[in-house]
Amino acid sequence: MNADGSASKYEAVIGIECHVELRTASKMFCGCRNVFGAEPNTNVCPVCLGMPGALPVPNRRAIEHLVRAGLAFGCAIPAFSKFDRKNYFYPDMPKDYQISQYDMPLAQGGVVSYFLADGTKGMCRLTRIHLEEDTGKSTHGGSGDGRIAGSSYSLIDFNRAGVPLMECVSEPDIRSAEEAVAYLETLKRTFVALGVSDVKMEEGSLRCDANVSIRLRGNTELGTKTEIKNMNSFRSVGRAIESEIARQIALLEAGTRIVQETRGWDEAGGVTHSMRSKEQAHDYRYFPDPDLAPIEFAPAALGGLRGDSEVLPQRRIERYVEADGLSIVQAQQLVDAPGVADYFDDVVARTHKPQASANFVLGECSRLANETQVPVAHSKLGAGALAELVTLVEARAITSKVAKSVLERVWRDGGSPKAIVESEGLGAVSDPNALATLVTDVLAAHAKSVDDYRAGKGAALQFLVGQAMKASRGKADPSVVEGLLRERLAAP
Amino acid sequence: MSSTNIDIRHVAKLARLALSDDEVALYGAQLENLLVHVAELEKLPTADVVATAQVIPSRNVERDDVNTPSLPRALVLAGAPQAEGVYFRVPRIIAEEG
Amino acid sequence: MGPLDRSAAALARAVSARELTASEVAEAMLTRVGERNPALGAYLSVTAEHARAAARRVDERIAAGESLPLAGVPLAVKDNMCLAGTRTTAASRILEGWIAPYTATAVQRCLDAGAIPIGKANLDEFAMGSSCENSALGITRNPWDQTRVPGGSSGGSVAAVAGGLATIGLGSDTGGSIREPAAFCGVVGFKPTYGRVSRYGLIAFASSLDQIGPIARTVEDAALVYDAMAGKDPADATSLDLAVEATAGFDRDDLRGVRIGIVAEFDLARLEDDVAAVYRAAYADLARLGAELVDVSLPTADYGLATYYLIAPAECSSNLARFDGVRYGLRVEGDDVGAMYEATRAAGFGPEVKRRILIGTHALSSGYYDAYYVRAQKARTLIANDFARAFERCDAIASPAAASPAFPFNAKSDPYSMYLMDYYTIPMSLAGLPALSVPCGYVTPPGSAHPLPLGLALTTPLFAERSLLSFAHVYERGTMHAERYAPPVLTEVPG
Ligand SMILES: [Mg+2]
Ligand SMILES: [Zn+2]
Repeated sequence: MNADGSASKYEAVIGIECHVELRTASKMFCGCRNVFGAEPNTNVCPVCLGMPGALPVPNRRAIEHLVRAGLAFGCAIPAFSKFDRKNYFYPDMPKDYQISQYDMPLAQGGVVSYFLADGTKGMCRLTRIHLEEDTGKSTHGGSGDGRIAGSSYSLIDFNRAGVPLMECVSEPDIRSAEEAVAYLETLKRTFVALGVSDVKMEEGSLRCDANVSIRLRGNTELGTKTEIKNMNSFRSVGRAIESEIARQIALLEAGTRIVQETRGWDEAGGVTHSMRSKEQAHDYRYFPDPDLAPIEFAPAALGGLRGDSEVLPQRRIERYVEADGLSIVQAQQLVDAPGVADYFDDVVARTHKPQASANFVLGECSRLANETQVPVAHSKLGAGALAELVTLVEARAITSKVAKSVLERVWRDGGSPKAIVESEGLGAVSDPNALATLVTDVLAAHAKSVDDYRAGKGAALQFLVGQAMKASRGKADPSVVEGLLRERLAAP
Repeated sequence: MSSTNIDIRHVAKLARLALSDDEVALYGAQLENLLVHVAELEKLPTADVVATAQVIPSRNVERDDVNTPSLPRALVLAGAPQAEGVYFRVPRIIAEEG
Repeated sequence: MGPLDRSAAALARAVSARELTASEVAEAMLTRVGERNPALGAYLSVTAEHARAAARRVDERIAAGESLPLAGVPLAVKDNMCLAGTRTTAASRILEGWIAPYTATAVQRCLDAGAIPIGKANLDEFAMGSSCENSALGITRNPWDQTRVPGGSSGGSVAAVAGGLATIGLGSDTGGSIREPAAFCGVVGFKPTYGRVSRYGLIAFASSLDQIGPIARTVEDAALVYDAMAGKDPADATSLDLAVEATAGFDRDDLRGVRIGIVAEFDLARLEDDVAAVYRAAYADLARLGAELVDVSLPTADYGLATYYLIAPAECSSNLARFDGVRYGLRVEGDDVGAMYEATRAAGFGPEVKRRILIGTHALSSGYYDAYYVRAQKARTLIANDFARAFERCDAIASPAAASPAFPFNAKSDPYSMYLMDYYTIPMSLAGLPALSVPCGYVTPPGSAHPLPLGLALTTPLFAERSLLSFAHVYERGTMHAERYAPPVLTEVPG
């Protein structure tokens, strides 16, 4: 970071707040559709426009989604929770208060864990997850660039107003930009796997702010923090935090104090810049919303929302890495493609060969899934079929070349790889006697390569192996063929 | 109670009410008078009392996640003080960015 | 007696029996409203087209063989309730001209039961007041004495019913806004248990207190309207999910076996002598009808006003934030959105609304929340507990509905003296209890040419609407106060 090595003197202390739109059919407190990209101001009603006399009624599924998410991170779901009003004026907030949760959120505590690139495991405690409603969207006119600064008016679309939103607040446990991104990736994976959100940052369904401070390594006191906003991709979260840490280090090294403020991330410029600090702190005047009943969760009701923790993405990734020996990247790829991890687990349950199974699932299978636009889990290649194939390859009963073509056929047409191999005689040929004639023919047909090899061009051997494989329609065991070729080429 | 003084200008700012000087004086006096009466509550032994937010307690009043009809956009925008195209229009929002 | 002056029960029977049509009733009432409303000012707007359309639908349903409990009954709707396609103002400049795009559940249920919406009735702006003088859009006069207020905040609905411009009315009661004006105008005003009637479509003042209730000339009519409206509404999360017992059809002839509590703290000696005498006589009548009078105590009743004037404004400060000039209603332009908000709200809200928004904002603001809002919520608990204890000793509580008869316009210039008008009704509101006011006698204050009515308040435990109305019905039948005098507007004005 700094050429003089000052970076290592400091450590960053980072906390992340993110807002995640929940995936539901209807909004948080009314029956309007919760969809992205609809015609402006068409998904609005008296409730989500804050019309006089309209009243909110909470969406049960949104509450359950949040609880599911909380349980996935080991949050405590208190027996009693309630909605509060957060009072402030903003033109895209119809009631000029936001229904949110203040002192009794639906989920408290919990831990988010993740892997870093060097293989170490990190974790960040959650403070809370609470439920609230989204605002509408403003577009700013008259400034030329659509930005609020310098605009002369704004246009408002209330379609998003009232969409259920969960706010996840972390403890300041994160120590680097990389860790912040890894934390967010675990959140995203988990929400997607649970089906509680699409987590599309480009559609604004996940928005996050980071609180960043630095301190001398070894210190326990917190430094002055800044809040970074406007980061609209995981990549920009990483870049913004890195740039802010560097800025703060430079300030401290220069003997300048850090000012507590909100800073905006400028994606193009790659820097954060100060946003005017408010003249006075907000006074949100939170109070319990008298239009809404508190929420109580009996332990029995929680049971129904607590899924199988073994299939949670981070648990799976840990299992794949720690027990199955996959790489972190492989493990994450398995978990990140929808339905693939379940499929993979099913295959491994039959083969007991995680690495070989992963190679097929992430290799041939995902290539075919891409080409055919059919997800792995929905192809005609069932987990049982792939397991047969993996077992055949691992037992060297077929060559990988044959495996590839059989896999492709079964993907398209279905059927049992084992039966196909047997009925069509596609088993690997590894008996040297059976391959002797074939090797003789290849050598005879490619005299030039024979000469090249003997003249010291080692690459000619691979060409000859390839030709032999081709002649065997892929069935020949390439290592046996290579051995035979070497033997014959060495002979005068 | 903490005080029967009320910073009317500050409160009016929070409530987004423009007040004239006369109103500040009038409401200030009237509300301070009310706060004197309200201070009577200090005499009540409320230390160990549960606060009542809703007089008839109910729990978990929720609805199913189903769609119901929205309002026609033309009707909604017809009631707007100012609309532009398919949007509500408001004067410039003072940017927080410096 | 013409159809317009019959009870709702009698009128609905006649329309259901096809002795007359709802359309005839509607036309006759619209004509009378055209004659009398300019003087009385009960309605801010007359909803003639809605009335005619509703009447046609009722006539069709009757022709199809249906029988409707409110068939053809003219209804006054307080103008803080939405009726789709009508101007709905809450008597505020900030909503002047706004057309509600949807209908309040309570109003819809009355229409479904056959009621005919004659007009949107005046009120104190956003239901904040006790005289209707805080309306920004018009003056409503008391039918008994047009130099006096009708009470408030449901003054327009009450004046309409008392003045013969509607057979029944809908009011909303937050701290006494149905009961006090009903007492001032000599009609029955009934606030059900909090949550009995849906608030969906009622423009919120104080959400934890607001409750819609009927206004009528008889207890039976009030019961009919209540039966039509009460019950769970999926659109209001605070509406009670409890079975509603039909209240109309009374089976009680006297009050034998009923213990009626007289509240020690409501000392009648504090009232004017003639007013106190009326209440003493009312209590005696209860005893004469068979009730056992028992002394009960509400030690925290005196704290009701202070509690109410923190909780209600706090909620209102938040509820009224939405009137910001962005989506509907008034806008006064400003350089930027903040200036527009401040100018709009300064021009759109009247002084009482501003006072309550200010005090409520203060009570919720940082550093004051615990001292004011939370303490008031705790006091609210104590007040509710007092009632619960009192109801261990009695089945109902009898008390004055107001400290005086209707007062002249501009008599209460100081806000606090107006707040005191709700002294007798606020504790019941804080406790969420069902309570009503029923005519109990008259006084003729100096300078008044005519006797003015007073109202007796009866209160029962939560959810005990059925016994409350049956007690009131016995009292009404056993005293016949409403038969003694009629408001001059009914006898002096032709029509
Ligand atoms: Mg939030
Ligand atoms: Zn909606």
